[in-house]
Amino acid sequence: MRKILIVGATSTIAEQTARCFVASGDALFLTGRNEARLKAIADDLKVRGASNVATQVMDADDLSAHAPMIDAAEAALGGLDTVLVAYGTLPDQQACAADPAAAVAAWHTNAVSVVALLTDIANRFERQGHGTIAAISSVAGDRGRASNYVYGSAKAGLNAFMDGLRHRLFKAGVQVVTIRPGMVDTPMTADFDKGPLFASPEKVGGDIHKAIEKGTAVCYTPGFWRLIMTIITALPRAIFHRTGL
Amino acid sequence: MSASSHPSWGRYPASRPAQVQRPGARPSALPATDTPVLAYGNGRSYGDSCLNNDGTLLDMGSLDRFIAFDPATGVIECEAGVLLADILELVVPQGWFLPVTPGTQFVSVGGAIANDVHGKNHHMAGTFGCHVRELELLRSDGSTLVCTPDYNAEWFAATVGGLGLTGLLTRATIALKRIEGPHMDVDTLRFSNLDEFFQLSAASDRDYEYTVAWVDCSARGANLGRGWFMRANHKPALGQQPDPRKRGGPTFPFVTPVSMINPLTLRPLNTLYFRRKFKPRSRDTQHYQPYFYPLDGIKHWNRAYGPNGFLQYQCVVPHADARDAVAELLERIAAAGAGSFLSVLKVFGDVQSPGLMSFPRPGVTLALDFPNRGRETFELLEALDDVVRAAGGAVYPAKDARMSAAAFSEYFPNLERFKTFVDPAFSSNFWRRVTDPHNDGKSKVRK
Repeated sequence: MRKILIVGATSTIAEQTARCFVASGDALFLTGRNEARLKAIADDLKVRGASNVATQVMDADDLSAHAPMIDAAEAALGGLDTVLVAYGTLPDQQACAADPAAAVAAWHTNAVSVVALLTDIANRFERQGHGTIAAISSVAGDRGRASNYVYGSAKAGLNAFMDGLRHRLFKAGVQVVTIRPGMVDTPMTADFDKGPLFASPEKVGGDIHKAIEKGTAVCYTPGFWRLIMTIITALPRAIFHRTGL
Repeated sequence: MSASSHPSWGRYPASRPAQVQRPGARPSALPATDTPVLAYGNGRSYGDSCLNNDGTLLDMGSLDRFIAFDPATGVIECEAGVLLADILELVVPQGWFLPVTPGTQFVSVGGAIANDVHGKNHHMAGTFGCHVRELELLRSDGSTLVCTPDYNAEWFAATVGGLGLTGLLTRATIALKRIEGPHMDVDTLRFSNLDEFFQLSAASDRDYEYTVAWVDCSARGANLGRGWFMRANHKPALGQQPDPRKRGGPTFPFVTPVSMINPLTLRPLNTLYFRRKFKPRSRDTQHYQPYFYPLDGIKHWNRAYGPNGFLQYQCVVPHADARDAVAELLERIAAAGAGSFLSVLKVFGDVQSPGLMSFPRPGVTLALDFPNRGRETFELLEALDDVVRAAGGAVYPAKDARMSAAAFSEYFPNLERFKTFVDPAFSSNFWRRVTDPHNDGKSKVRK
């Protein structure tokens, strides 16, 4: 039975992932910004078989709230062995290009706050000598593109940070799992026209569950994105700059 | 979000909502829109009752959370977008089952209530609405109504079978039924004509919880109304047996260029099915999945009807004239060479449906699919309506895409009272059609 902390548990992908975990009776500590939604999700996960679900309202942008929250999670579940960082924002690229403050805010949420959180978690898991740290990054981090490079570069920073963390924690027996979803049909992408590349949150949640169970280092979900991103990163600039990607 | 992503199951008429909204969490108020609103569950209504062209569809698929379940009493509370399949997956291993289930498990709880669906146990359990303990309704005036059979009872009665028009149904509480295990004792008997069907039904309805018949809609004359009668009970526990089929069966991959069900294939398919077993009777044990949901085994089977989609026709005729009326209906269908392979006959029981607008009522119900062949299909269905109206019967709105306004008001005598409960912000293709006095069932005949 796992003792799982999910930060950003009201995200659709996190909720689908949590449903996979509770089917086997795992215990969960959920954080998010909206108390009513946290409670609705916690009730649902209890009915679906969770052995224990506790919640705490927290805005991950507030770095000073991280350590007390992790303490509370450890107290509520009697320790932690799995962490999933699932929050993030998909900022408007036009706004970020026009306004330095918007670009920095996007970086703060998608990179800086995650680095702060994972550093604290990593130190605790290194001391206890086991655990799995997973965070949802994005295929957008594989190459900066005009259409969303502020978001993409924050995720690229996260990817490199997690690569290094994985390297550091290898000896401690702690697994670090970077999730790189492609486009997922969630409220984050509500304004997009959904093409065939869009995956369902159920599919992505199931993939994340499997990646955490197996300790997969880098998980593209759905899997075909690994191929797509290999091609995009291999495109010579002469061609790449002429695309609308 | 593209409009074509929210079709009805018959894929006729085309779905063209002005916008689709998907609430992420259970709303405490209706979203502000300037067009009429309709909740869209899982799109299993066959006709146009789940469509809202030029209006706003609220996609309830994201409201799929359980709220509470007591394994001791079998009372479950959930959001309206939870599918019956999700409930079964959760409760069957804990010894509970849906009190009433339609022929697909891929309907939402909200849809099951809004259409007051029925199943093979109607003669014992009544409709789905009979087992709803409580529901929550959001109205466009900003009020939230919690309704039970006793509290806000008139709103409860209007909402059960109310086609989603009385407001937004956000959550419901349902009383489940106890089972000992997931398997069914199934007894299958061949019958050679309608009289034999009625005899079998009368002989079975007392001792069998579930009864239904498949009927060969291409047979005429002495063979009119021949088919297979299936009666079943939940089986006492018999230890662990593997689940024969998980939810991910094969998918019908694409819409075929023409309907696979057509005058060339109709008779051979029906005859083959009638002749599928040599022995006139067989008994076996089946898992509840293939027993209740044989069609769920192939996802998107509705694509086999080709680009024009299909219409389903389900009617009920009162006991008094049932034999003659059903014979007349089957004869007209067979003479027209229409119909399909999926024809179902069942005797409804006397359990009162709780909804003002519920379809099930004492009598005999017949349901068939018709590939949409344009004018000839619509004219045939209009002729079937003549038979049903003469017999004092009714047609099921959840399956309908064409009945006239006059027929609708005859079938549903509580219509005028129901109208006083309809939320002014809500509407649907179906509702606009059946309240349009110029709709004579023919004026909109088109392919």
